[in-house]
Amino acid sequence: MDNSPVLQSLIAAFQSRTPARVLLGRSGGAYRTETSLALREDHAAAIDAVHVEIDLVRDFGPETVDHWDLFETSTQAKSKEEYLARPDLGRSLSTDSRELITQLCPRRCDIQVVIGDGLSVAAVRIQVPALLPLIHHACEANSWRFGRPFVVRHCRVGVMNDVGELLDPAVVVLLIGERPGLATAESLSAYLAYRPRAGHTDAQRNLVSNIHARGKSSEEAVAIIVSYALAMHRQGLSGVELTSGQPSLG
Amino acid sequence: MILAAVVRSERFVFADLREVLAKANEEKSGDQLAGVAARSARERVAAKRVLADLSLAEIVAHPLIDDEVTRLILDTHNRAAFAEIASLTVGQFREFILDDATNDHALESIATAITPEIAASVAKLMSNKDLIIAASKIRKITRCRNTMGERGVLGIRTQPNHPSDDPTGILISTIDGLLYGCGDALIGVNPANDSADSAAAVLNTLTRLTNAWQIPTQTCCLAHITTQLKAMERGAPIDLLFQSVAGTEAANASFGINLNLLAEGRQRVLEHHATRDCSWRGEQVTYYETGQGSALSAEAHHGVDQLTLEARAHAVARAFDPFLVNSVVGFIGPEYLFDERQIIRAGLEDHFVGKLLGLPMGCDVCYTNHAHADQNSCDNLMVLLASSGCNFFMGVPGSDDVMLNYQSTSYHDALAIRRLLGLRPAPEFRVWLEENGLFQDGRPVHGDSLHRNLLMERAQHLIAHSLE
Repeated sequence: MDNSPVLQSLIAAFQSRTPARVLLGRSGGAYRTETSLALREDHAAAIDAVHVEIDLVRDFGPETVDHWDLFETSTQAKSKEEYLARPDLGRSLSTDSRELITQLCPRRCDIQVVIGDGLSVAAVRIQVPALLPLIHHACEANSWRFGRPFVVRHCRVGVMNDVGELLDPAVVVLLIGERPGLATAESLSAYLAYRPRAGHTDAQRNLVSNIHARGKSSEEAVAIIVSYALAMHRQGLSGVELTSGQPSLG
Repeated sequence: MILAAVVRSERFVFADLREVLAKANEEKSGDQLAGVAARSARERVAAKRVLADLSLAEIVAHPLIDDEVTRLILDTHNRAAFAEIASLTVGQFREFILDDATNDHALESIATAITPEIAASVAKLMSNKDLIIAASKIRKITRCRNTMGERGVLGIRTQPNHPSDDPTGILISTIDGLLYGCGDALIGVNPANDSADSAAAVLNTLTRLTNAWQIPTQTCCLAHITTQLKAMERGAPIDLLFQSVAGTEAANASFGINLNLLAEGRQRVLEHHATRDCSWRGEQVTYYETGQGSALSAEAHHGVDQLTLEARAHAVARAFDPFLVNSVVGFIGPEYLFDERQIIRAGLEDHFVGKLLGLPMGCDVCYTNHAHADQNSCDNLMVLLASSGCNFFMGVPGSDDVMLNYQSTSYHDALAIRRLLGLRPAPEFRVWLEENGLFQDGRPVHGDSLHRNLLMERAQHLIAHSLE
C-alpha cells in the first residue's frame, strides 16, 4: 500500500487537512524512527517555551507599546518556578501592581483588556498585536469605552477578579498564553467575564480558545469575543448562564 | 476514634479524620499546595497507622463536608450490605480485598456498601502493586451501542480533536484511529467552541460516519452538559452525555453543574434514545471525567485531600450509571501532580478507587508540557494500568492533542498494549473490524491490505461528501 503513488497522494491530502499527526505509518506497535524523533524535538521546544519570561519591548516592539500605552504589572508569584508551583499567587496582583493599575487605568469602562503571559509568551507575542486593534475597533463601532490595556506577568485566569474589584469595568477580556502544545506554542485564549469579583469562578467566565494560525484567526476570535461582550452587556451576566440570540453562541 | 500514633518514639496527634486522611496520602504537590499534606515522612506513616486502625463504621459516621455530594453518598449508601463489613478496620479491609479468597463477585457485591471515603482510605494503605492487583480483580461491564469492560477487552476512546472543530480534520483523525482498531469505547471530540451549534455540527459529523459505515460504537461531543442538551434540542443525536464532575458541591458549581442537572440530563438522553432507530445494547448513556486536584483548582476543596475528593467525584459519577468514566490524570499540571512519580501513583489510585466503587473506569494517561514528565511516563503508566484491567485509554494521533495542547496515549500505543497483554477491542467492534478487513484474528492486518485501501477510498468519498 505504502508504495502506491495514488495512496501516497491521498495520505498527503489528508495530512494537509489537519495539524494532527495522522497516517504516520508504524513499526509494529511503535512509531517510525523519524516520527519518534520529531515528537521528541517538538516536546523539547515546548518545554523551553514554558520558561521564557515576557519582555514588552522585545516581544511587542516599541511602537506597539507606545501606541497602546502598555505598562507592566505582576502577580504575587515572583518567579516562573513559583508561578508554576503556586496557582494561588498567580491569581492575585502584587500590591505595587494594584496601586499602579488604580493610578493609570480609568474605572468603569465598558471593556477592559488585560494581557497575561500565562504559559506561553510566544502566543502573547504573536497574537496580541493583531487582536488589540480589532477589539479596539469593535469597541468604537459599539460606542464602548475601551479601558487602558496592561500586561500581567506570571498571570493566571483568576486575576480577572482582582481587575474587576479595582476598576469595575463591565467586561474584562483577558488575553492569555495557553500552555504550549507540540503542534504550536502560539495558541492564545481569551477569557471574558462580566463584572468579575472576588470568589467568581470559571462558571462565570466564557472562553475563546485556540487563537492561532491553524486554529481561530484573529478576526474569527474577535467576532466571538464581541458577540460574547454584547450578550454580557445585554444580559448583565457571563459564564454558563449566558445565552445569546447569536447563532454562533450557545 | 483514636487519632494519635507513636512513630519512632515521637507521638503524632491528629485533630480529625480529615487531617488523618490528608496526611496518610502519598506525597502530592496538590496536597502540599492546599497545606494539608504530611510535614514529614514519619508523620505520613503515623497517619497511615491511625487510619489502619479506624473502623469503616467510624469513617462513615464522620462525614468530612456538609454538602449535596455528602448527602448523595449517605442517601445512596447500601446499609444492609455495609453491615457485613462495618466493623472491619481499614487495615483489615485492605487485607480482605487482597486476599486470595476474595474474588470479583465478593467485591462487586459490596460496591454499593463502599463510600468514597472508605475507598480512598484503603487506597492510602496500598502500595502501587496492591492497587494494581486489587483493581485487576474487578470488572465492570457496561452497554450502550456496544459492550465495554469484559475481561480481556481493552477499549480505546478516539479523541480526534481539531483546533477549529473542522469536520474534515475530525473525520481524518477518526478514520486513522479505526485503521488501528481504535474507537470502540467512544469517538469523542473535545470541541474548541463550546456552543450548541458547534456541538451539533460535531455530533452530526461523527454520526454520519458511524451510520454510513455501520460502526457499532458511541459518539460524543465533550462540550458542557447544557451545551450538549441544547444541541440535542436542535436535533443533534447524542449517544453519550458527557460532563466533568468533581467531589464537592462547590467544585461542581464552578463547573456550572449540580446533581439535579446531571439527573435531568441523563433522563432527557434516555428519552431521546427511545426515539432513535438504533440497536441499543443497554441504557448506560453517560460519560464522566474526573481528576485529582480539580476541587482545589476551583478553591472548593474544604481542606480535604485530593485523593478523597477524587473518590467523591467517582461517587457523583456512580449515581448516574455511567457507560464510561475516566480520570484525566496528568492533565491538571505540576501544581497538583508534580512529576511522573506522582502522576503514576494518582493514576493507579484513581483506577482502583473507581473500580472498587463499581465504575467502568478508564484513564487518560497524559501529561502537560509544564509537568516533569514525558512520553516515557505515559508508557510506564499505560502498561501498569493495562495489567490492572483498566477499561479504556485515549487514542490520540501521535499522542499529540492539537486542540487541548497536551500529550496522551496514541493509536500506536493501543496497538502495542493490546498485543503485549493479549487484549482485544469490544466484541461488536471487533466483529466490525474483521468484517471490514481491518483486523484478522483480533489483530490489525498488514499495511498493504486491499481492505485498508478500500477504506481509505471510502474515507475520501465520505470526506468529499461532508464538504458539500
